Amino acid sequence: MNDRPAVHIKGVSKQFKAGVTALSGIDLEVRPREFVSLIGPSGCGKSTLLRIIGDLIEPSAGAVEVNGKPAHRARLDHDYGIVFQEAVLYDWRTVAKNIALPLELLRWGREKRARRVEELVELVELQGFEDHHPWQLSGGMQQRVSIARALSFDPALLLMDEPFGALDEMTRERMNLELLRIWDASGSTIVFVTHSIPEAVFLSSRVAVMSRRPGRIAGIVEVDLPQPRSARTREEPRFFELVTEVRERLAAGGLELEPAEEAS
Amino acid sequence: MSLALRRQAIQWLPALAVFALGIGAWQGLVAAFHVQEFLLPKPSEIARTFWDERGTLWHAGIYTFKEALGGFALGSGLGILAALLFAAYRPLGIAFMPFAVAANAVPIIAFAPIMNDWFGLLNPFSKMAIAAVLCFFPVLINTLRGLTSVDPRSIELMHSYAAGRASVFRRVRIPASLPHLFAGLKIASVLSMIGAIVGEYFGGPTNALGVTILNASAYTNFPEAWAGIVLASAFGILFYGAVALAELLTTAWDPSRRAFHTE
Repeated sequence: MNDRPAVHIKGVSKQFKAGVTALSGIDLEVRPREFVSLIGPSGCGKSTLLRIIGDLIEPSAGAVEVNGKPAHRARLDHDYGIVFQEAVLYDWRTVAKNIALPLELLRWGREKRARRVEELVELVELQGFEDHHPWQLSGGMQQRVSIARALSFDPALLLMDEPFGALDEMTRERMNLELLRIWDASGSTIVFVTHSIPEAVFLSSRVAVMSRRPGRIAGIVEVDLPQPRSARTREEPRFFELVTEVRERLAAGGLELEPAEEAS
Repeated sequence: MSLALRRQAIQWLPALAVFALGIGAWQGLVAAFHVQEFLLPKPSEIARTFWDERGTLWHAGIYTFKEALGGFALGSGLGILAALLFAAYRPLGIAFMPFAVAANAVPIIAFAPIMNDWFGLLNPFSKMAIAAVLCFFPVLINTLRGLTSVDPRSIELMHSYAAGRASVFRRVRIPASLPHLFAGLKIASVLSMIGAIVGEYFGGPTNALGVTILNASAYTNFPEAWAGIVLASAFGILFYGAVALAELLTTAWDPSRRAFHTE
């Protein structure tokens, strides 16, 4: 079980109808319990790649296996949870009911759902907000609900598409720490899309650096910062070395991040 | 709660003041310029007639309101059903939508005598049919928009959970469409009362409100005609209010409703 990759991407390419080649010849293996970030400039196809892993988009060529099964099968088997840049909560559902939505679809009984929701609310530290509606929560709290929902059915794999991209810097750093705690507690594998270099380095065990048009993997940076990481990690010299390394990989193919994106 | 009630009361104060001023001005101007009764009776005269004829008027109002209610239920029900079908099967919508638009363009006044002919002058269903035709379109259009203008990411999320079409409808499209549905129902509530009265203008039982108004004018009893009009509006407003209350109770979660009220 453990030698089988959690995600195995084999020669994946994607052409859109307009003739744009979004991805070309992507090969990547993600091991179980690993935290892998996909980083690259806007338009490098990193979100497309994440959706192909989740079988929300079909690749034009190549194949993806999740837990040793075709991605399509894995989706039907509820093998992964997904978190988008926006929380995508259902306005008419309370926090507790938003978290319980996947469990309803899995036909869990009412009591079992309630118990699980209670655990998750504790995990993402939203006690007391169970009966609130999404509009009553801040952006950071909404995103925590979204993470709890993705974890509710205990999927082996968590796919995250710039989940903290819309948050302010301070909230983002706090959410980064929380995510690592949740990752540790849940034992899941995470594939994380971002265009923030420090965020990718801080969170990941490996960073896959992507290039633009067509999107391909330009290099992999192993992040050898010790676990568990803390706010201090961001101040270590090794952290800065790795940030520089990722930045140079991005720059190697003339792939500078746009200034506005680097700032975020 | 009492604070919320007080705030509600304060919100209504300006409208109430305008109402009182309007009635006062009407009364004063009619008296000052000696406007003849058949042109415009005084509000006090209308109120007096309203009180004297309250039994007849009330029964007529209830009779017509029942027709309006029946037409509202029928037209809105069919509108919701059509919206669900058109949203679920896009080709169906593409094929039928132009006809729904065309039906909406039919001048309802021209339609009324035909309905009376089809279903019988004294059969309340002839008036319900007219009200139903009026209600159908606004409910269809609004509900369809609600069902189809759902955030694509919330659908994508349901796909990630391998949710089927029926489940996406039940858990996402239908609840998301509720605010739009109520926008349609509010329009339909007022239209249904108008539809029933228009139908009655082309003939109906003497105990119907539209017929009462028509007969009162024919016999130059203008204060009674006005009293009937006031009652018809009152029913329309109350019906609208009831639908608005139902909306308030079922869509309290809707963030767009709060946009105006945030401090």
